[in-house]
Amino acid sequence: MSRVEIRVTISSDQDIVLARQKGRSLALELGFSSGDATLIATAISELARNIVSYAGSGQIALKDLQGSSRVGISVTASDNGPGIPNINQALRDGFSTSGSLGLGLPGVRRLMDEFEIDSKPGQGTKVVVKKWRP
Amino acid sequence: MAKRDESSELLRELVAHLRQNRTQLREEWVGSISETRLLTAMTKEEIFAEATSVYDSYVEALETETFEALQAYARNLSERIIPRGVETHEVVGIVLLLRDVLARSLFAKYQTDFKKLNRILDAYEPAANRIANTVAVGFVQERERVIRQQQEAIRELSTPVLQVRERLLILPIIGVIDPQRARQLTEQLLRGIRTNRAKVVVIDITGVAAMDVTVANHLVQTVEASRLLGATVIVTGLSPEIAQTLVTIGVDLGKMNTVGDLQGGIEQAERLLGYKVMALAEPN
Amino acid sequence: MEVPILKQGPVLIATFQAALSDADLNQLRSALVQQVVRFRSRGVIVDVTAMDVMDSFASRTLREIAHIIRLRGAETVIVGIQPEVAFAMVQLGLTLEGVATALDLEEGLAYLNQKFKTMK
Repeated sequence: MSRVEIRVTISSDQDIVLARQKGRSLALELGFSSGDATLIATAISELARNIVSYAGSGQIALKDLQGSSRVGISVTASDNGPGIPNINQALRDGFSTSGSLGLGLPGVRRLMDEFEIDSKPGQGTKVVVKKWRP
Repeated sequence: MAKRDESSELLRELVAHLRQNRTQLREEWVGSISETRLLTAMTKEEIFAEATSVYDSYVEALETETFEALQAYARNLSERIIPRGVETHEVVGIVLLLRDVLARSLFAKYQTDFKKLNRILDAYEPAANRIANTVAVGFVQERERVIRQQQEAIRELSTPVLQVRERLLILPIIGVIDPQRARQLTEQLLRGIRTNRAKVVVIDITGVAAMDVTVANHLVQTVEASRLLGATVIVTGLSPEIAQTLVTIGVDLGKMNTVGDLQGGIEQAERLLGYKVMALAEPN
Repeated sequence: MEVPILKQGPVLIATFQAALSDADLNQLRSALVQQVVRFRSRGVIVDVTAMDVMDSFASRTLREIAHIIRLRGAETVIVGIQPEVAFAMVQLGLTLEGVATALDLEEGLAYLNQKFKTMK
């Protein structure tokens, strides 16, 4: 049950900025505090960056979540890139396939309340994260 | 099925009676409310106005045999009267009084037809009890909500960020820390650093009963976030037991600047800020 | 969007705008390094007050700037990180380790002046 859906195509570093700006304004519209909106915008920035660095292009979809007694935001990052061969390893802190800081999935998980990932080598990656308004 | 129809039929008759005698019964009820000294926090006019609404919602609930509207009204009423100090027993008391006033009027109306009276009461009593229940539960739920809200406010107040000297803040943490409170603490401290332009912060955890890995990690994060704002954090009051636990579970204490007690922490903070504290004269 | 760099005595001051792309950050890094060499600056202040998100790339770029500039014998200090941004950064594990930080421009200048005195 969501009322809003915003899709941002991610293909360059400019799109990363656009996606996180849209995410912040949706979060504020949904009544998140500006502190939480910053956490959400930062998570979007990381997810969009993964798309640019690992898959080249993909999409970020932002949706509101209307539960029976709570409101939240969901962010879906999807691409048709090479996929992640070892998800468990990617979710461990300190793991990166490209240099000192990459992937950042464990960090994104800490910024949000819910985290789901689906990825197979050669078939792309889909990450869905959610945050609920306290 | 027949019994149910009959009960509905009787309730309709009852509702007609209560509508017809609205003015008189309401007066009687308000009279008994002040007689029994309920709702003393409210004026006569207020009691009368609320009594009118309650009476009408009550009759409506009997008529429609649905309780949602009454429930919503009870919650709304509670929201208004709880801040004025109205107690649970008063709310339950007035609803029971209304039940009795109405029951008596039924006695008076049907006193010549005992059988009918019995049937009317059979229909009335369960509905009346359910109404009383609905109102009482609504009130208690609202009260619990208010209490929860107050607890949150107390929690916020319970961790003051104190400025002891220019550019020096102290954050004494007392009691139990859960993740929610830990986050609140961090946000408060970071805002405090900005508004007070603090350069050094002493976090005193002497009053913290226990610390698990989650709370310890929050503490480390608070220290790191403060540094990003340009402030140095000194942690004091870390008991040997807690320190031992933290090391065992792998918390990197090297990132934390720790001093045994609060006084030592403040002294070190003053040194960092370039203060020199000395006695004005040698004490005799 | 180019980041303006201001020269104030021995110090260079770079002020970030709200929405910097990766390309802007890379451009800033090379511009700063070039100017430190050209003006023989002794200190660099990067003012991030306007930044509303500091993700891993921005954070890594800041660290790299500080390290490269140190190799040129100058000091870097990052100023103006907002409380909410700092909170998000530590959640992500970005702590700018080894890089000096200060509350704002004024504090950053005070920090550098102190450093210059002890370096003499």
